[in-house]
Amino acid sequence: MQEAFIRWIVLFPLLGAGLIAALGRRLPRAAVGILACSTVGASFAAGLAGYFRLADLAGQVHPAAAVLTDHFYTWMALGRLNVGVSFILDPLSSAMVLMVAGVSFLIHVYSMGYMAHDKSYWRYFSYLNLFVFFMLLLITADSLPLMFIGWEGVGLCSYLLIGFWFEDPEKAYAGKKAFIVNRVGDFGFLLGIILLFWSLGTVDFAGITSLAPDKLAVGGTWVTLITLLLFLGATGKSAQIPLYVWLPDAMAGPTPVSALIHAATMVTAGVYMIVRLNVLYLMAPVSMAVVAAVGVLTAIYAASIGLVQNDIKKVLAYSTISQLGYMFLAVGVGAFSAGIFHLVTHAFFKALLFLCAGSVIHAMGGRQDIREMGGLRTKLPATYWTFLIATVTIAGLPPFSGFFSKDEILWQAFGGAKGHWLLWLTGFLAAGMTAFYMFRLLFLTFFGRCRADHETSARIHESPKVMTVPLVILAVLSALGGYWGVPEVLGGAARLHHWLAPVLGNENGTFRFEAPHYSHAVEYLFMALSVAVAAGGIYAAWVFYLRRPETAGSLAGRLRICYQVLLNKYYVDEIYNIFIVQPVKLGSTYLLWKLFDVSLVDGAVNLTGRTVRGLGRLAARLQNGYAQVYAISFLLGVALVLGSLLW
Amino acid sequence: MFWTEFCKADLLLTTVVFLPLAGVLLLLVVPSRSHGTLRWLALAVMLAGFAVSLRLLDGFEAGNGGMQFTVKVPWIERYGICYHLGVDGISLFLVLLTTFLGPVVVLSTWTAITNKVKSFMILLLLLQCGMLGAFVSLDMVLFYIFWEVMLIPMYLLIGVWGHEGRIYAAVKFVLYTMLGSLLMLVGFIYLFRVGGSTDLLVLYGKQIPVKAQYLLFLSFALAFAIKVPMFPFHTWLPDAHVEAPTAGSVLLAAVLLKMGTYGFLRFAMPLFPVASEYFSPYICVLAVIGIIYGALVAMVQPDLKKLVAYSSISHLGFVMLGLYALGSGGSGGGIYGISGGIYQMLNHGISTGALFLIVGILYERRHTRLIENFGGLSARVPVLAFFFMVATLSSIGLPGLNGFVGEFLILLGVYGGPHSGFVFFAASGVVLSAVYMLWMFRRVMFGRIVHPENETMRDLGFREVLVLLPLTVMMFVMGLFPGIFLQRIQPAVEKFIEDYQEKTAAVQQAGPLTDPLAGVSFDRESSE
Repeated sequence: MQEAFIRWIVLFPLLGAGLIAALGRRLPRAAVGILACSTVGASFAAGLAGYFRLADLAGQVHPAAAVLTDHFYTWMALGRLNVGVSFILDPLSSAMVLMVAGVSFLIHVYSMGYMAHDKSYWRYFSYLNLFVFFMLLLITADSLPLMFIGWEGVGLCSYLLIGFWFEDPEKAYAGKKAFIVNRVGDFGFLLGIILLFWSLGTVDFAGITSLAPDKLAVGGTWVTLITLLLFLGATGKSAQIPLYVWLPDAMAGPTPVSALIHAATMVTAGVYMIVRLNVLYLMAPVSMAVVAAVGVLTAIYAASIGLVQNDIKKVLAYSTISQLGYMFLAVGVGAFSAGIFHLVTHAFFKALLFLCAGSVIHAMGGRQDIREMGGLRTKLPATYWTFLIATVTIAGLPPFSGFFSKDEILWQAFGGAKGHWLLWLTGFLAAGMTAFYMFRLLFLTFFGRCRADHETSARIHESPKVMTVPLVILAVLSALGGYWGVPEVLGGAARLHHWLAPVLGNENGTFRFEAPHYSHAVEYLFMALSVAVAAGGIYAAWVFYLRRPETAGSLAGRLRICYQVLLNKYYVDEIYNIFIVQPVKLGSTYLLWKLFDVSLVDGAVNLTGRTVRGLGRLAARLQNGYAQVYAISFLLGVALVLGSLLW
Repeated sequence: MFWTEFCKADLLLTTVVFLPLAGVLLLLVVPSRSHGTLRWLALAVMLAGFAVSLRLLDGFEAGNGGMQFTVKVPWIERYGICYHLGVDGISLFLVLLTTFLGPVVVLSTWTAITNKVKSFMILLLLLQCGMLGAFVSLDMVLFYIFWEVMLIPMYLLIGVWGHEGRIYAAVKFVLYTMLGSLLMLVGFIYLFRVGGSTDLLVLYGKQIPVKAQYLLFLSFALAFAIKVPMFPFHTWLPDAHVEAPTAGSVLLAAVLLKMGTYGFLRFAMPLFPVASEYFSPYICVLAVIGIIYGALVAMVQPDLKKLVAYSSISHLGFVMLGLYALGSGGSGGGIYGISGGIYQMLNHGISTGALFLIVGILYERRHTRLIENFGGLSARVPVLAFFFMVATLSSIGLPGLNGFVGEFLILLGVYGGPHSGFVFFAASGVVLSAVYMLWMFRRVMFGRIVHPENETMRDLGFREVLVLLPLTVMMFVMGLFPGIFLQRIQPAVEKFIEDYQEKTAAVQQAGPLTDPLAGVSFDRESSE
């Protein structure tokens, strides 16, 4: 159904970004902040209106009829290619719109406090609004090329915001690194779009979903190649192995940016894209297996690094990579709604964790090393309580939302149609690590005695209301957000699951996969195991960092090599540098430029020039002005001609 | 006779081409010391030229793939040579690009050129006339004249107003281009012998004898490949760019390089389709090498202008690859590849033009182009930083800006064309362009100011904003509303492909090709 207001979900923040960029320098700070917040709020309101409209359609007509479209104008039309600037709001995109606009709104409000003293206040809000625009465009785009505008656009904003304090060379470097690593992924994304066009003749989602089952063979080379290329794009944007390296460095940006872009929204774009194209992925079992394997490996890999990091934001960054891995595990085993469920709950609790971290950093005068913190529980009560809720949620304790979403993923990884016990086991171990590193962070930051120097600790203060109120709202959402997806086995309604079913190929009847049947008892057992491993992680953290703080140090001393490898993030940055970056730089400089271009080609050109000039000089010798020489050569010439004629 | 016929014809194209020449006559009477008058007059002529050329856009029938606004007046009747002009969807926007850049370029020289202003402006106008004429000529002799007319002013612009190594660069530029020109001249003469006409449209209607096509194609292709420039004929470009004054670099990159790719589209490919088809794998290989090689070498350049110059080699490689997405059979990549290639020619003109202008602005302030002499400028010159950022993003093909549309269509075309595997190599250019451009941008604009001279750098003045603004607006327009351009380009490209495939199909039906160069003869009887 055509609904012209859908475009406004996307356009409001663009309007805000433009207005702030044009007038921001002249407007008072409060006006800039309120303008930025209200455009995002307007998007949220429009998204809400769309949601109710969809719910009406689904209830009164048919679940499959819940699709709203809005054709704005034709963007690229050539031959068979026809890409419109057109938006689509269906159950999937409406859920994403509400999450993104909602969380963005809260983070905008929080930013008014966090960035209050920054000299480039208006520039910050202009970028932030622009980001929300691109993110909503990515979500509501009705075709892959349009999604790609949003996809690269959020990357651009991420680049600009990571390097927001560009005068610090390290921050500018981190921004550039993020953009370039993402470009490697986009290489795959772009090729995926192109291959898809030539195999289906269309690049819009409606066309792909309807044509793919007829035109492509299940498990065929084409669909496998296309889905793998698109997944390469997802590993870039969503920071999965092997392209995750930019995300930890991206923490150089302002903390609300880390919360919004590098935790809640942009980095989940890869998961969203795969769910959007679930019909294609369901046709490519090999790609699904790759997605699940990469996801679960990233989950445990990043969690292991998170165990030993000392920068509060770095711990959260590796945690984000790890949690994104869970989402890919979910979509890789075909549990798309579980992936989206975890995406949404993760957005709540990880945004909350980052904003709390921001509040801590704010209080600590910019310090981020948890070894210098401790005992902040009493000094920052609001931050402490909200951080505690978020930590319990991510650790996966019931009845907080993280338990439901993570447990569903682990259960599907084991008992789903495409599940495997090895996937489950890896994810299960990573869950234990998650509980451990999160409680380590909590204990080191908020418990024990304050390790900051006297000057800093004297100035520690709770953040203003404009920052703590968003924390409280997010804490409520983190705690209760699980309500959306309480599974039926626990007497819940699995609302999100049913809401998304019409857009999922394995739920709406396009494809059928037989899952092995397990009794409820087995499901309960796995739930108990999930809770147990989380509790075990928490207990270990308690022993290590509160009860006997010396054990952590002595263990690190005994396992020196392991500890160093983890602390240095498996030396991957160094490996990439030695094996990729340096060879390319040196090869380009010495082999291609200095040797080939300058010495060989130019050498040849100059040699030609010199030869011609030399020959000219030689010939010029003959024109020496002596009449007798000319006479002799004339005579010789005559003799030669005559001779040849008479011969 | 010529004049009576001439006066009856449609004068619009003639006006567009010769208005700059009229401007030259005007400038001649202005005393060479009144720099202000000379500048304003040149600007006025260029603006008038742009205004007149807009009538082409206005009157152009979008659905018509043929030549429009044609003028055909017999000129040297003994050989049937005509004064024959026309534009189609392929050349329309190249003409507009040229007239659009005219005023921008003049405005950019306001404070940069203070020496021999009169001669400089006259040469700019002459160059403008030559470029426009070459794009609209439909007669080979006429084309050749305009082609050569372009060469001399550019040679002088580099040689007189250039930097330290200008003489070497100017001579190298002329030698390379002359080599190409002479080959093309020989080709023209041979083509006249075998084709019997110098009129392009007449020649389009004929099948040039297959045996003659190979040598003819080689002579044309080499001339144009030097101009593009394709790897490995590219080494004149970095030198010419680095040594040329800003205005020269802009026109060189934005318009003159397009003569090469345009030449392929207008001459080498449609006239000798069989040979073009035969050599297409080799051209694609060179194009792909150019894309990657240009990008890698650009990455490690210490000099801003050299970096942009090498990036041009990479971008023009994309264009060539797009043009050769054309296949003889029913493969459908051609329409995307060629349209994308034409689009990318325009994009490159806009983006690289802007980049050279920005480097020129930096040079005027600091008298250096070495990246290491900058750093941390963003805080001092935010307005310049904004324009620089947009131009950088346009150059790396950020979707929503112009570069993406061209790149996307080209890649789409290449995959749908006869050499689809190249798409994987070409797409790596997308990654590399981000590497070298963003790395450069970070080193110039971000970080702390390490050179105290940069502390006091002036931000853009009103005139400089006027120089960069039109280009920046075009980046957005072409990125967001490509339909304006594509709907006019498409019919001409469709016609082009139809003719091309018809001609190659006719030959293929006659039998498979054996060794193409065996039995080539310069004898008229055997080749006809």
